[in-house]
Amino acid sequence: MSLQTVSFYQTGTFTVGNRLLAAEERSVQANMQRTNSLNSGHRACQGCGEALGARYAIDAAMIASKGQLIAANATGCLEVFSTPYPETSWQIPWIHSLFGNTAAVATGIAAAIKVKKHKGQGGDVRVVAQGGDGGTTDIGFGCLSGMFERNDDVLYICYDNGGYMNTGVQRSSATPPAARTATTMPVGPEPGNAFGQGKFVPAIAMAHEIPYVATATVADLRDLEYKVTRAMGMRGARYIHILVPCPLGWGAAAQDTILLARLAKETGIFPVFEAEYGEVKSALQIRRPLPVEDYLRLQKRYAHLFGKTPAVATIARIQAQADKNIRRYGLLAKEAA
Amino acid sequence: MLKQTEGSHAVAEAVALCRPEVICAYPISPQTHIVEGIGEMVKSGELADCEFINVESEFAAMSVAIGSSAAGARTYTATASQGLLFMVEAVFNASGLGLPIVMTVANRAIGAPINIWNDHSDSISQRDCGWIQLFAETNQEALDLHIQAFKLAEALSLPVMVCMDGFILTHAYERVDMPTQAQVDAFLPPYEPRQVLDPNEPVSMGAMVGPEAFMEVRYLAHAKQMQALELIPEMAKEFKAVFGRDTGGLTRTYRTDDAETIVVAMGSILGTIKDVVDEMRDAGEKIGVLCITSFRPFPLEAVREALKNSKRVVVLEKSLAIGIGGILASDVRKALRKLSIDVYTVIAGLGGRAITMKSLHALFQKLKHEESESVTFLDLDWNVVNRQLERERQKRRTGPAAESMLRDVGTVASKIA
Repeated sequence: MSLQTVSFYQTGTFTVGNRLLAAEERSVQANMQRTNSLNSGHRACQGCGEALGARYAIDAAMIASKGQLIAANATGCLEVFSTPYPETSWQIPWIHSLFGNTAAVATGIAAAIKVKKHKGQGGDVRVVAQGGDGGTTDIGFGCLSGMFERNDDVLYICYDNGGYMNTGVQRSSATPPAARTATTMPVGPEPGNAFGQGKFVPAIAMAHEIPYVATATVADLRDLEYKVTRAMGMRGARYIHILVPCPLGWGAAAQDTILLARLAKETGIFPVFEAEYGEVKSALQIRRPLPVEDYLRLQKRYAHLFGKTPAVATIARIQAQADKNIRRYGLLAKEAA
Repeated sequence: MLKQTEGSHAVAEAVALCRPEVICAYPISPQTHIVEGIGEMVKSGELADCEFINVESEFAAMSVAIGSSAAGARTYTATASQGLLFMVEAVFNASGLGLPIVMTVANRAIGAPINIWNDHSDSISQRDCGWIQLFAETNQEALDLHIQAFKLAEALSLPVMVCMDGFILTHAYERVDMPTQAQVDAFLPPYEPRQVLDPNEPVSMGAMVGPEAFMEVRYLAHAKQMQALELIPEMAKEFKAVFGRDTGGLTRTYRTDDAETIVVAMGSILGTIKDVVDEMRDAGEKIGVLCITSFRPFPLEAVREALKNSKRVVVLEKSLAIGIGGILASDVRKALRKLSIDVYTVIAGLGGRAITMKSLHALFQKLKHEESESVTFLDLDWNVVNRQLERERQKRRTGPAAESMLRDVGTVASKIA
C-alpha cells in the first residue's frame, strides 16, 4: 500500500485522522515502517489494555532508537501472554529474568552496551524495562528506585492495571481504594481495598529528580507515542506510567477498555502529565470534568458501592481524591474552569 | 610478580587482569575490600573499559550481572553470607539462564544470630543452585581460581562461585605471585557468548518452559556440571603450562599413600590440618588429607579413588545441615558407597570458632577408637548448651536463647577456643 493523499476537511473537533496529517506527523502505528515489535498472535485477553499500551510504546521506542532496542521484562501478564514458547511475540531482543529485578537487569544491559560501544564493539543500543504495577510499585520497587537514583540510561515503562491480574486479581499497592480484588473482597464493614495514603509511583519517580517522568493512558495513544518518543530523545533514567484497563480484573466489558481509560483521565482519577527533573511541565487537560461515579459504575470491582444502599460516603472519598488530583496537577482546562 | 598483599586485594587485581566489563558491588563484610579495590581501579582509569555499578542490594547486584552478562559483557560481583541469601532468587536465575557470571563468596556464617566471621554455611546453602563452586585454600589459590573461573564459566555458559574463607583469607596479608597481563591474556580469550541480546539478531530469553521441556532443560544444567568434571582438571593443566603453578583441579591429596585415616576438608583449614598430619606422621601415624577444591560439581570418582584404601575418613566441615549433621560428609559418603570405610562427621569452626592444632590432635586420636559414625561438634561448650536446655525445661518464658547463652559465657569477646 502506498501513502495516500486524502482531501477531506474536518473542523471544530479534536479528532484528527492520520490521513489528514503530513507523513512526518502521522502516528507510529500509521507508519508503514512500524516494527510490530509485540507481534500479533499473543495470548492476551480480549480488550487487554496492557497489550495495546505495550504495542504502541515499544513500536514508538523502536522508531526512536532506529531499531536498536533491547527490552527487559518483569514476570507478569505481559511476559506470560507474549512468550508461551516456542512462540514469542517479540520481534526485538527481549529478556525476562524475575518478577522484582527488571530495572536492575536493564541497568546491567545498559552498562554492557556502554562498555561495548566504548570498545568500538557495538552501536548506540537503547534499553527499555517494562513491568506491571505489581512488578513496579511493589516487588520491583527497590531495584526501580536504585536505577532512578543512579540515573542509569534506561526507560522504565509501568503498565498499571491496578492489581496482580496474572495471579488471579489480587491487591497491589496500585490497587485503588474500595476496589474489589481476590484479597480485598467486598465484605465486612469496609468492603473492598483499604483507603491507604496512596503510593503514586510517578510522584515518587519525580522525587528522584530524574530527567523525565510521564503518565499516559491507552485512551490517548498519540499522547503515549509522543511521550515515549520524547523519553527516548533523552538520556538517563526515565519513567512512563501507563494506565491500562484490565477487563478481567476490573470486571468490565472488553469493548470498554478505551472508554474506561478516558474516564479515568476525564474524572481526574488518573492525572496525565509529564515532568522533567522533578517538576511538572504539562498536563493533559480535562475538557468536561465528569463525576467519578461514571467511571466506577462500569466496573464490577466497584459493584458493592452501588447496591441497594449506595456507599455515598465512599464514593465521596474517591471523588475527593480525584478533585485533589485536578488541583494538584492543574488538570482543568481553562475553557471548562 | 611476587608481592605481599591482602587476600582481597590479590583477588581484586586478578579479576582486573581478566578484563571484566561490568562489575556490580554492594558492601558486605568480609567481601567488601575486593570490590573496593576494583572500584578504585575503575575510577582511576587503571582498569579501562569497565563499568563499576554501586547497586542498592545484593539482589540488584546479581540482577545487574544477569543483564550485563546477557548483553554479552564479562561480568563479576562478590558477596558473602546474608548478601548471598538476599540474592538467591537471582542466583538460581543466572544459572538457569546459563550466564557465565563469576562471583567471589567470602565465606561467612549466616544469622540469626548475626555473626560476621567465617564458616561455609553461605555458599554451601547454595549447593543445588546450579553454580560451580570452587574453594580456595590459600590467597594464591584464590587469585588463581578467579582466572580459571572466567575461562571455565565461559566455556560452559555456567556461572562460577569462587569461595574463599572470610577474614582468614580475605583479610590476611600473604605473599602471592601476581601474574602479568600477558600471561592472563594468553590463558583467557575474550568472551564469546553462546547467547546474547543483540538488536541485529533478536532472541527472546527467559521464556516460560512447561512440563514438556523443563526436565530436559534442568538435565542440561546437570550435564554441563558433569562436563565441568572433565574440564576443571584440564584447565588446571593449561593453567600450569602458562603460569607454572599447580592450582585448582577437582581434588588434591596430601600424604595419603598408605594412610589409614584420611581427613577431608575444604578451604583455608587445610593448612592447619596438614600441619597436624605432619606431626602425626612424625609420630608414626598413618594419616593423610584429601582437599576438595570443586564442591560443585562434586567429584565422586576422584574422592572415591583417593579414599578407597583408607580405613576411616574424617570429614571436617565448616557447615551444618541442621537436623541431620554434615553436608560435605553426606557427599563423601555417597562417593564411598558399598565400601566398608567408617566416615566420621566433624562440624567445626562455625561462626569463626578457631580450629586449633591442639583440638585436631585430640580429635584424630579420639576418633581412632570411636565405634559409631557419630557427629562430633568440635570444641562445643556443652556447659553452655546444657544450661540453656535446662532453663528451657524449668520455665516457659526463658527469653531469647542466644542472648541468654551469651550471658552464661560472660564478657569474653576475644574467646575463640
